[in-house]
Amino acid sequence: MVSQVVADEKPPQQLLSKKAGCNSHGQDSSYFMGWQEYEKNPFDPVSNPSGIIQMGLAENQLSFDMVEAWLEKNPDALGLRREDGASVFRELALFQDYHGLPAFKNALARFMSEQRGYKVAFDPSNIVLTAGATSANEALMFCLADHGDAFLIPTPYYPGFDRDLKWRTGAEIVPVHCTSANGFRVTRAALDDAYRRAQKRRLRVKGVLITNPSNPLGTTAPRADLEMIVEFVAARGIHLVSDEIYSGTAFGEPGFVSVLEVMAERGAAAADVSDRVHVVYSLSKDLGLPGFRVGAIYSSNAAVVSAATKMSSFGLISSQTQYLLAAMLGDKDFTRSYVAENKRRIKERHDQLVDGLREIGISCLESNAGLFCWVDMSHLMRSRSFAGEMELWKKVVFEVGLNISPGSSCHCREPGWFRVCFANMSAKTLDVAMQRLRSFVESTTNGAAALRRAAVPARSISCPIAIKWALRLTPSSGDRKAER
Amino acid sequence: MRRSGAGGSGSGTARRNRKSSSSSGSARDRGARPRADGGMRVVVPLQGVVQGRGGLVIGSLIPCALFYFFQLYIKRNRAPRPLPPPPPAAAASESPPGSASTVVSPIHRSLSRGLLSPRAALPAPSARGAAVRDDDSLYYAGLRRCAEDPYHPASNPAGIIQLGLAENCLSLDLVVRWMEEHAAGAALMAGGEDEEERELSVRGLATYQPYDGILALKMALAGFMRQIMKEVSFDPSQMVITSGATPAMEILSFCLADPGNAFLVPSPYYPGWDRDIKWRTGIELIPVPCRSTDNFNISITALEIAYNQAKKRGIRVRGVLISNPNNPTGRFVPKQTLHDLLEFVTEKNIHLISDEVFAGSTYGSGKFASVAEVVDDLEDFDRGRVHIIYGLSKDLSLAGFRVGVIYSYNESIVTAAAKIARFSSVSTPTQRLLVAMLSDQKFISDYLKINSERLRKMYRLFVDALDQVGIECFKSSGGFYCWADMSKFIGSYSEKGERKLWDRLLEEAKVNVTPGSSCHCIEPGWFRCCFTTLREQDIPILVERLKKVTDSHKLNR
Repeated sequence: MVSQVVADEKPPQQLLSKKAGCNSHGQDSSYFMGWQEYEKNPFDPVSNPSGIIQMGLAENQLSFDMVEAWLEKNPDALGLRREDGASVFRELALFQDYHGLPAFKNALARFMSEQRGYKVAFDPSNIVLTAGATSANEALMFCLADHGDAFLIPTPYYPGFDRDLKWRTGAEIVPVHCTSANGFRVTRAALDDAYRRAQKRRLRVKGVLITNPSNPLGTTAPRADLEMIVEFVAARGIHLVSDEIYSGTAFGEPGFVSVLEVMAERGAAAADVSDRVHVVYSLSKDLGLPGFRVGAIYSSNAAVVSAATKMSSFGLISSQTQYLLAAMLGDKDFTRSYVAENKRRIKERHDQLVDGLREIGISCLESNAGLFCWVDMSHLMRSRSFAGEMELWKKVVFEVGLNISPGSSCHCREPGWFRVCFANMSAKTLDVAMQRLRSFVESTTNGAAALRRAAVPARSISCPIAIKWALRLTPSSGDRKAER
Repeated sequence: MRRSGAGGSGSGTARRNRKSSSSSGSARDRGARPRADGGMRVVVPLQGVVQGRGGLVIGSLIPCALFYFFQLYIKRNRAPRPLPPPPPAAAASESPPGSASTVVSPIHRSLSRGLLSPRAALPAPSARGAAVRDDDSLYYAGLRRCAEDPYHPASNPAGIIQLGLAENCLSLDLVVRWMEEHAAGAALMAGGEDEEERELSVRGLATYQPYDGILALKMALAGFMRQIMKEVSFDPSQMVITSGATPAMEILSFCLADPGNAFLVPSPYYPGWDRDIKWRTGIELIPVPCRSTDNFNISITALEIAYNQAKKRGIRVRGVLISNPNNPTGRFVPKQTLHDLLEFVTEKNIHLISDEVFAGSTYGSGKFASVAEVVDDLEDFDRGRVHIIYGLSKDLSLAGFRVGVIYSYNESIVTAAAKIARFSSVSTPTQRLLVAMLSDQKFISDYLKINSERLRKMYRLFVDALDQVGIECFKSSGGFYCWADMSKFIGSYSEKGERKLWDRLLEEAKVNVTPGSSCHCIEPGWFRCCFTTLREQDIPILVERLKKVTDSHKLNR
């Protein structure tokens, strides 16, 4: 009966909405291409020693053992029991209040405050919980920008923003061009220039979005810069979104300064902008728990909080996870020791990468935070252009077998920069990666490519302890995908 | 080409215009109306008179262009944002908790539509304006009122009895018992005693996982859905897991329709859809009324009419959205109707979305048929237009765990939805826990059986209780609701009368029900009552309270 009509029917693909079919999700950028390549041929010290090493994933695997030790000590949290052994499940099963579990919000507010050296106090009622920072950023965009409105974002910026902020909301991103001349710091002139460019394109600028510590630079924003940016948004009457998901990774001096701290210092002078400054936070990087999908928006703007809270029903955190994390973050001793030890380990790994690169003549932007380094490989390129960068990147992915993110995918204006992540692998794997890179650099100068191909796998196989360790570090499920 | 055509066909009208212009000449003299369109009506024929036939085209273009540039001028002059007035006492972020929340800051012009009701006028309302869109729905108003003053047999016996929710507390004890026995181990997936194995499992929890759900959960869900939907098989690769059925519905809508497009929705329908679907996607929902005389069955003729009307208004209809078992009526959509619907959507080349979140919560005598079952029976049918929404909030009483499913037969939709799922994915420990729970075959089949028995019993009790006070109910077969006909107790047979009765039920009887008007029911006097949050001992109290309203109504007569 139905089948009679089928004959004169159009292909179902035409039935898709424009959003579903269109490309503004940026999946085709080189950032994602590298991912696909990695998924086809992932490195494994035993089963696939010549595979691609994933250095494009900003994931913190350095401190799992601490989370795990905590879980071991507090089995009640996972078993959804109170200390007296009574089950809390009955309360959790039907809990779907989008205001979140009060205990969790209180614990999160305290933890965020701790990350900022208790210089800023967070009001739990101003926190909106979302399923990850991705969702938090998008919800903020929905709240602040209409279709066709623009946000200014200093470049280089996280490649995923092109999808997260623009795809469904229809908002636009106008890059604020920063250069290596001043270490990619944001300047007032650059902001003004971007603002003018937006106006020329007839875009209504709704705000500035910064990542602090910066992704992909791995640097914290100096206090003076933050003051300048606050000044700028105050003068223009626009919003400021500060994405501070890496705040707990700031391992070196000068330390991390939150925009909220700057606001607090401005005191009465900040009154005019205080409800236009919004902070995005997440536990994915600081606590190394991206699988838990916990993000948050912090805003003193009642209207934004109320709208974002309602929107959060499109991405709520499971009550079980909230309960578990409330217990974990409520344990002050644990968070204190975790944060300190985690930073120490990140620094150690960061130094390993930076030193290794220096030995082979590659320099990095000096950084003090993040799970990655911003690496300058321009001298390895055949031509100083984005074509040259692409050529080098392809070589690094396909020949050297390292998936790193090219600067062009981060909208960097200068060719030759790459984001290299170091916290999602074991120290041994990082060694392997450095070895490969060393041979590559040598081969480009004296052409000993054959030597390199033989050397790398042999080394890792001959090292049983390394294998065992690396094995333990490999993710368990075969279907595991990736950050972005 | 076009111009000459316009001129040719315009020759007749030009003549007519000339006549009309001369006749309206005196009217013109009486004074140009300030309104732009009034001016246009005068200018266009005048130009035609002055310049002859060719002038008609140019003559109509010139004022149009002038008008356009005028609008553009106004728009551009309005563009510079006036600096928002400094909020009276906007506190710095470090201010003590209380003060920040007491200061209600004005909405700045730079806030977007997301904060404002689409119906709100352009000037920015106060911060509370953000809540407007909920306030106008009695559904949300009742829920809020209830949250302020909830009934409790011991601590607040005078509180409001909540019949407006969509929760099932009848079988919660079964799930609780399972959790108590298995939760800790299951969430960690600590199968082995071995130290190394355990570390592996924590790694599997904490790191980035596929945003659209881990494969293990998809397989477990496919098995569970198969069990519920009577042996229809589901393919895990056609599934996208989201944090609840709410985002599942929104994501699917994002994939199927563009802003300004519409879905046809047989009404009465679930009041939450108005927010869940329309808010961020910009999609319209067009209610297609079903009638009580029809047993609230979906009428294809009504759909056809609504489709054509929308087309006339220039609105592109992208799909039909149904819930099965229906929320609020609790009716199963008959297999024949599903066939007809599939035929309808195929003929119009649009989608069919079937929300089946209550598929496992059935108690009626009839047989529930999922659209998946019907699709499976058909040969050479293009399945790419059929999509199913499912979730565990209702059938497993696990609303807090936020697990929803998009099941689509269309590969491109699955791909697109999986990408959007990054904005609402489920926490991995929860997924692991559910894998363990859904894989416990004995538990699941016991649960489904006992839950169905309890639903049936409670439904019986509830319908009998309403019967005692003279309220008749629609014969439901699934879901958590009783669809009650209280039209004989409303003063005036209108939405206003219904609202009045709802107010009395809430304030005098202290019972919160959902009025039919918020479900877009066109017949006044119907109310949706959720009976699964009640306990048996609450029923006599409920009867007493309802009597207050019904008896006084009889007295007034």
